[in-house]
Amino acid sequence: MRREIPLLITSIAGLVFAISYFIPHWPFGESESIFGDWITIVQSFAIWLGALNLLKVSFEKIYRKRKDSLYAGVIIFCLVATLIIGFYDGFSGLMQEPEVSFRAPGTHFDWVFVYIYTPLSSTMFAMLAFFVASASYRAFRARNFEATLLLIAAFFVMGGRVPLFDLPLLKLGISDVPYFSLFADWIMSYPLTGGMTAIMIGIALGIMSSSLRIILGIERSHVGGA
Amino acid sequence: MSELIGVWLAALLTLGIFSFLYKDNPIYKICESIFVGVSAGYWAIVFFFDNIIKKFWYGVFPTDNSEPNYLLWFGAFLGFLMLLRLSSKIGWIARWPLAFIVGATAGLYMMIYFVSNAMLQISSTMRNVVAVNPETSAIVWGETIGSVIIAVGVLSGLVYFFFSKEHKGVFGQTAKVGIWFLMITFGAHFGYTVMSRMSLLIGRVDFLFTDWLHLLK
Amino acid sequence: MLSTVATILMIIVGLSMLYILYRTIKGQPIERRYVFLYIALAISLPLLMQKTAPVPVTRDVMKLVDALNELPPGSKVLAAFDYDPPSAPELQPMGVAFMKFAFKHDLQVIIMGLWPQGPQQANQAILEAMKDPEIAAKNLQYGVDYVNLGFQSGNEFVIQSMGSNFKRMFPKDDRLIPYDSLPIMNSVTNFSNIDFVFNLSSGKPGTVEWVQIAVDRFGAKCGAGNTAVQAPQVYPYLRTGQLTGLLGGMSGGAEFEKALDEEGKASTFIFSQMISHATVIAFILIGNVAFFMSRKKKKQ
Repeated sequence: MRREIPLLITSIAGLVFAISYFIPHWPFGESESIFGDWITIVQSFAIWLGALNLLKVSFEKIYRKRKDSLYAGVIIFCLVATLIIGFYDGFSGLMQEPEVSFRAPGTHFDWVFVYIYTPLSSTMFAMLAFFVASASYRAFRARNFEATLLLIAAFFVMGGRVPLFDLPLLKLGISDVPYFSLFADWIMSYPLTGGMTAIMIGIALGIMSSSLRIILGIERSHVGGA
Repeated sequence: MSELIGVWLAALLTLGIFSFLYKDNPIYKICESIFVGVSAGYWAIVFFFDNIIKKFWYGVFPTDNSEPNYLLWFGAFLGFLMLLRLSSKIGWIARWPLAFIVGATAGLYMMIYFVSNAMLQISSTMRNVVAVNPETSAIVWGETIGSVIIAVGVLSGLVYFFFSKEHKGVFGQTAKVGIWFLMITFGAHFGYTVMSRMSLLIGRVDFLFTDWLHLLK
Repeated sequence: MLSTVATILMIIVGLSMLYILYRTIKGQPIERRYVFLYIALAISLPLLMQKTAPVPVTRDVMKLVDALNELPPGSKVLAAFDYDPPSAPELQPMGVAFMKFAFKHDLQVIIMGLWPQGPQQANQAILEAMKDPEIAAKNLQYGVDYVNLGFQSGNEFVIQSMGSNFKRMFPKDDRLIPYDSLPIMNSVTNFSNIDFVFNLSSGKPGTVEWVQIAVDRFGAKCGAGNTAVQAPQVYPYLRTGQLTGLLGGMSGGAEFEKALDEEGKASTFIFSQMISHATVIAFILIGNVAFFMSRKKKKQ
């Protein structure tokens, strides 16, 4: 019962979406739209599950007095504060005539987005620039023919996609044609496209076979089975 | 005033995260925790108002002349089952909505990947390898050579990914050519990744110089 | 003054890389924190120099610009903002340039996002575009000339449902105005009423999903701007014609701005981008020169 019902649900949902691709009419077309509505709602609950789980884990850390309980406290405070601000802006906006969105420019929630969420998330990702440079210096070596190919492609793409190699040629009047830019473009349009298409087809075949296994109930790991 | 406080706060948070570059430290960890908490809260609020209120609530209780869509209640029921995952006793029921999502995704992906990423790519690789100028009927050599390179890249790359036969003889040599194409692909990918990462850093430095320090206009 | 100091500093920093080469060859590579410092300087100093660099407009960017230029006034363009603030340095300039072009050419813009942060990024792009005197003079009306439908959860399933009915996924817009009360949406039921889809994407869901569903299943025409990390993954779609033009990363943004004659942030960032690439290339070369010299020594 614990496995059979989920497997049945999986198969029905999968078959509806697969068949409606060919027969977008009643009952498949309509079922597909209804299922689409449900998926959007389930996904929202899943996000809430994640947020509530984060609260649960953080409270547990504080309760057990782990060494990082200070940071767990910060997480709880920031999460709850953002929720309070969001709910306040959201519901007060709904009461107004005409209604105002919780994220409209000028709201407290928008302020949190612009001045807290944006700098933190942006800086977190921006740090990768330092690590990619450090890795290039320490590990990017032309040890064999394959690695040399990789390095040469990276070299010309990095120098050709920005006017790094072309600028001296243009400034010194050696050439009017941005050859390095054209070469980088050529790498992207042909060798890269060839390699990328092979990867794309390979992934597509893998996804198709996995999907079929899931729909037919052969793959059961998502319902807790082997 | 709120903008001034906001810019200073954003700048301090930016520097707090960057402090990790020197070494792991409590200021970084606090900034990281703020990020985790605010992100979770942000996502929860956006999904609540944009989906649960805007789609579900107004769908069931429309404020305009639309017909109520009572079928949405079943979506909310599935969503509620998802929340039961928090309970250790009846958490297994959360597999039902999960199974629904997995099944629907599998069904959709099977078709869209088959059409867009397999069939169309294969047919495009094999068709029109020889490029002809429609006006003069002359062969366009640059484009034709490019098409041949793509066809060789795709075929040899796929041969490399075929592990059911030992990579020996002609098959092995073809697979080797496939590796070369993949290496060029990864190299170009690396070049683009560097470009991307540097752009993100430029964005942050520009914020510090322009909005915070007013060094730039 | 600031620009001169930055130039002098940059020359000193460039020359000091010879010392790094010397140390690395000697088998004493510099500590990673010095690499970090060099990258920070390679980004900061060129920004302070406030220089630009000429960017040639590539074929894939031109394809997108041509497709946009072919749209007659009044055409309906669906602009999907599928990215978050970390990717904004790459994609926001594209968004601003697109908005300026669309408003100046009287295109009707329907904005939406498959990423929660997308609609807010779009709002910022609109505010920036509205600063242009030519656009401000047009006195554009929300709901008539442009609309922000907001975000909807469900990733690719949102595009799938929009194939039959937009209203199903967006019963109200971002300002909570009912779909039927928006004049711009009066004649829009599904993708068959949309002339062009312009997607700004930094991952999943994004350009791949728009191509797979909106283009291949529902016959929409789509052009995209991608982060540089994602751009190589969608190149095969350009070849097949599934994608009408592509803007890849900061350079794609600068080319787009140049082609549309709307110079913005990407054009001002490109010099800094160039110097940072030069620094990474220099580090790779230093590492490899040292590697080959040490290998030669070992052989001897």
